[in-house]
Amino acid sequence: MLLSRKFVSDYIDLPEITIEEIAEDMTGVGNEYNYAGKLINCTNLVVGKVLECTMHPDSDHLHVCKVDVGRSVLNIVCGAPNVREGIKVIVALPDAILPGGVIKRSMIRGVESNGMICSIAELGLDNKFLTDKDKLGIHEFDDSVVVGTDAIKALGLDDEVIDFELTSNRGDLLSIMGMAYELGAIYKKQVKDIDLDFKSSKENIKDEFEISIETDDCSLFLAKKVKNVKICESPEFIKNRLIASGIRPINNVVDISNYVMLETGQPLHYYDADSLGKKLIVRNANLDEKLTTLDNIERTLSPTDIVIANESGPVGLAGVMGGLSTEVENTTKNIIIEAAIFDNIKIRKTSKKILRSEASNRFEKGIDPNRTYMAIKRSCALLEKYADATILDGTLEYNKTDINSKEIYVTKEKVSKVLGIDIEENTIINIFKDLGFDVEKTNNKLKVIVPKRRLDILIEEDLIEEVGRIYGMDKIISKLPVFDSKLGYFNKTKRAIKHKLADLGLNETLSYSLIPNSEVHKYTTDDFQEITLADPMSEDKNTLRYSLLYSLKQIYDYNYARNISDISIFEIGKSFYKEDDTYKESLKLSVLMSGNYYLGIEKVNVDFYIIKGVLEELLYFLGYNGRYSLDITKKLPNELHPGQSANIIIQGKNIGIIGKLHPSITKKDIYVFEINLDKLLEIHSNKMTYKDIPKFPSIEKDLAFIIDKNITSEEIENVIKKNGGKLLTNIEVFDIYTGDKIDKNKKSIAYNLTFRDNTRTLTEDEVMYIFNNIIKSVENKFKAILRDK
Amino acid sequence: MYNEKVNDLLKEVKELFKDVNTKKELEDIKNNYMGKNGKITELQKLIKEIPNEEKRDFGMKVNEVKDLFNNEYNKLFESINLKEINDLLESERIDITLPSKKIKRGTLHPMTRIEEEFEDIFSSMGYTVYDGPEIESDENCFQKLNIPKGHPARDAQDTFYLKDEYEKFLIRSQTSTAQVRAMEENKEKGPLRIVCPGKVYRRDEDATHSHQFMQIEGLVIDKDISMADLKGTLELFCKKILGEKTKVRFRPSYFPFTEPSVEVDVTCFKCGGKGCNLCKQTGWIEVLGAGMVHPNVLEMCGYDSKKYQGFAFGTGMDRFAMFKYGIPDIRTIYGNDIRFLNQFDRKDED
Repeated sequence: MLLSRKFVSDYIDLPEITIEEIAEDMTGVGNEYNYAGKLINCTNLVVGKVLECTMHPDSDHLHVCKVDVGRSVLNIVCGAPNVREGIKVIVALPDAILPGGVIKRSMIRGVESNGMICSIAELGLDNKFLTDKDKLGIHEFDDSVVVGTDAIKALGLDDEVIDFELTSNRGDLLSIMGMAYELGAIYKKQVKDIDLDFKSSKENIKDEFEISIETDDCSLFLAKKVKNVKICESPEFIKNRLIASGIRPINNVVDISNYVMLETGQPLHYYDADSLGKKLIVRNANLDEKLTTLDNIERTLSPTDIVIANESGPVGLAGVMGGLSTEVENTTKNIIIEAAIFDNIKIRKTSKKILRSEASNRFEKGIDPNRTYMAIKRSCALLEKYADATILDGTLEYNKTDINSKEIYVTKEKVSKVLGIDIEENTIINIFKDLGFDVEKTNNKLKVIVPKRRLDILIEEDLIEEVGRIYGMDKIISKLPVFDSKLGYFNKTKRAIKHKLADLGLNETLSYSLIPNSEVHKYTTDDFQEITLADPMSEDKNTLRYSLLYSLKQIYDYNYARNISDISIFEIGKSFYKEDDTYKESLKLSVLMSGNYYLGIEKVNVDFYIIKGVLEELLYFLGYNGRYSLDITKKLPNELHPGQSANIIIQGKNIGIIGKLHPSITKKDIYVFEINLDKLLEIHSNKMTYKDIPKFPSIEKDLAFIIDKNITSEEIENVIKKNGGKLLTNIEVFDIYTGDKIDKNKKSIAYNLTFRDNTRTLTEDEVMYIFNNIIKSVENKFKAILRDK
Repeated sequence: MYNEKVNDLLKEVKELFKDVNTKKELEDIKNNYMGKNGKITELQKLIKEIPNEEKRDFGMKVNEVKDLFNNEYNKLFESINLKEINDLLESERIDITLPSKKIKRGTLHPMTRIEEEFEDIFSSMGYTVYDGPEIESDENCFQKLNIPKGHPARDAQDTFYLKDEYEKFLIRSQTSTAQVRAMEENKEKGPLRIVCPGKVYRRDEDATHSHQFMQIEGLVIDKDISMADLKGTLELFCKKILGEKTKVRFRPSYFPFTEPSVEVDVTCFKCGGKGCNLCKQTGWIEVLGAGMVHPNVLEMCGYDSKKYQGFAFGTGMDRFAMFKYGIPDIRTIYGNDIRFLNQFDRKDED
């Protein structure tokens, strides 16, 4: 909302306060602004008269002018086609500041130029405000302006404006009068009355026109008729106030409808009465009904749209835009004035679809019915004064609204209890009075009579906010709440996992939950129903992710494209899906590793065993040591390498996947795992408890087998464990070899075995006995051959 | 005769250590003189043969030889030992200016760091960190927060609705939904203290807006909670996160779910309040929205608004990360460039 200082001064006197102070004070009561200052931000502009105008000797379009600026006559070169002797023009004197820069004395093709003759556009006024004449070139004043005086003043644009960014509850501030009340409360000033006087003719509208309201979406509808309007340009002050308020002047009649809307906040519509016929109907549009709006676009309507119609069809889209067929034109003589209140939700829907207009914005935020009555009278008063209109007696009226003020009770105690500051009752009463509310003291309570215009005030708390706002929210002195003491809580496991993985050298990422629909079923074998958006911003963000691995792969690609190939990342985030018609979310942890990874201080190339190590370390850390297994018998995602991937199983539950990305996805060696944390953490974890430190020494034995390539280490270990019994406390693989020195279908695998008894020192003989049994069993079972040392 | 022997040995011992340089030679000498059959040991044994009146004299002389030997031996041992250590030290001298072995560790995402900071501060004040779902009903995200259908406040939050249930289910546009859930889940309808950090989604994307971002919502319900408590809480929290010198300012504002409502400004952390381009010369930066929970919200969530009141606040955590670390473009936060992520590898200042 643009507030014009000249405009609001009709209703409140604020002579001593600068526009910047007003803006700051309004911010202090909750009304923020983007700009406060002059409407035209230029200096050193004066009215000049072109005394002489000759062609530039060295140009076919430039003129050399002698311009009287009062104090002196300046030589100015001008390129405008309409410059000529005798006209009065805007002159930017040397050193004048214009939006386009500073005007300097200069030589233009050999001729001295001491300033610039300006067009309106050069003053920084938006193009939409230029008249056809102004678009041609420099502005021409009429002859009554005085040479040498301030040109901005002569244009009547010596106004100041504040561009407010209002909160959506303050529809009342979308009017000059509402602004005046707000300022009145801040500066303790009275708001002046609005002039609503006009004479009525003997004719009565009821004899020639009728209205019919056929929808619940219209709660108030007023119509008046005026005759014999004289359509012409508006008076300067109306045009300039509209410009300052951001609305383009058109002609006196249209301008008055906008002017009154700005004053009262009530949007109005004027119809050409002769094109309209004898009846106005307010109803909901029929499905696919057509209407050509003022902007000459044919709109297809639906029943949520409210239309104003005559007997042959829609003539306007209520609250949003008028129709072309009944538009007020230069030939219009008679007018039907409409002032109405339409359902804000319906208007919002229609305007969202068609056009956000000054009118729809006001309807959406709500209108005081008193203003509807005021606006129609004000329209008549101004049309009579500035368009020579004859006002017919009588008003067609349909009213389902309550126009009475609200009575709300508030106590001083409650004010203090909510705001946390002690404010005297008298101060509270005065604040209400400054806001234009009446107050009555009844027993311990204050009865506050809130005028209808404050549609936002409904309950006691709303009044408390008013007190706080005007008193100054910033005067609240802070204190800390007194609570019963209680321990706070946060999810320590999630945090611990993040810290653990960062400790293991991985970078945590944070990516978008929305991914392309085509990717949602990848990196999983789960059968699920995905969740898609109704109105995505783009096709690549239209579905909620199920696996986070798509995102991690995207991050890999992004970084790889920037020559970063050592990438070890993880992310914890929600996985989304639909099951049995309910929306489900579960927490997932995804890891992606590729390139070099730092194992302590050693840089190693990531392979399956590295990422398996990260998984294992994490599971160990979370208390699942020795309880997980990798299963390759069940189905695995197509995105994983079939020879280097597995399902992760704990206690029979599939909690995730691990593996290398399939060569059809990427030629690079990228390893991933993903765990469903919700599923994992449901499984009881081992407690960390103290174990006695061994008192007796252990005996270690190494052995290596040459064995068939397809036999897994797990199988061999199981045999070793079985034969090792209780005394075998640890098995470690310390070497794997395939190559020239052995058969190509074989591998060599070396183990380090630790034997220990916690009650005594073992003898070499008994360990050797077990050790030999182990060797024999492995040899027999797998046709393995013990390698010599 | 005995005296001669002693004197000869004394002379011998005096010359004994002259050209000795190693511990090995030293040990050999020790064996030869002080060992079981060493020369000094042998000499000592003669005492048995010596007449009683001469024994004392002989004994003293032998001790003289022994003392001499031990002194010389110890002196030399010390000096050889010292030389050996010095040689070792010299041989082990390295160029300490050569580069170190890099110990590379991973990093937590800056939003995690901020989130943990928020969690630590509020949990230390007894708040429960509440984790609500990201898919929400229109009811929880708007209606129960006093934003009915068609309410103009919905304009500010262009929402992503789900295709299957348009205008019924959505991905939350604000963490305020946690208010509704926490109040409804609290069966006793008594005091509450929660914060809810999390992802939110809006149809909006530019340098300061991302369609996905992180918010945190706070809610305190009790019998005697006022705007002054709200101010104190936010002041404490902003000081912890943004620095002890931070000041907090309340400006009236409007949110449908709080009444009264305020915008919370903090003194600009770049210029300290003097005015700079970050704060557009105002000295203040808007960081939070807050207010007293609207009685309609309390009632809709099953609380008796005559008995209970409370405050709620909400803020974009991304904004705090951007301010704290000086990140100019929110899209960087979600870009996951390794060179960006690697920068968050140090502890925060206390």
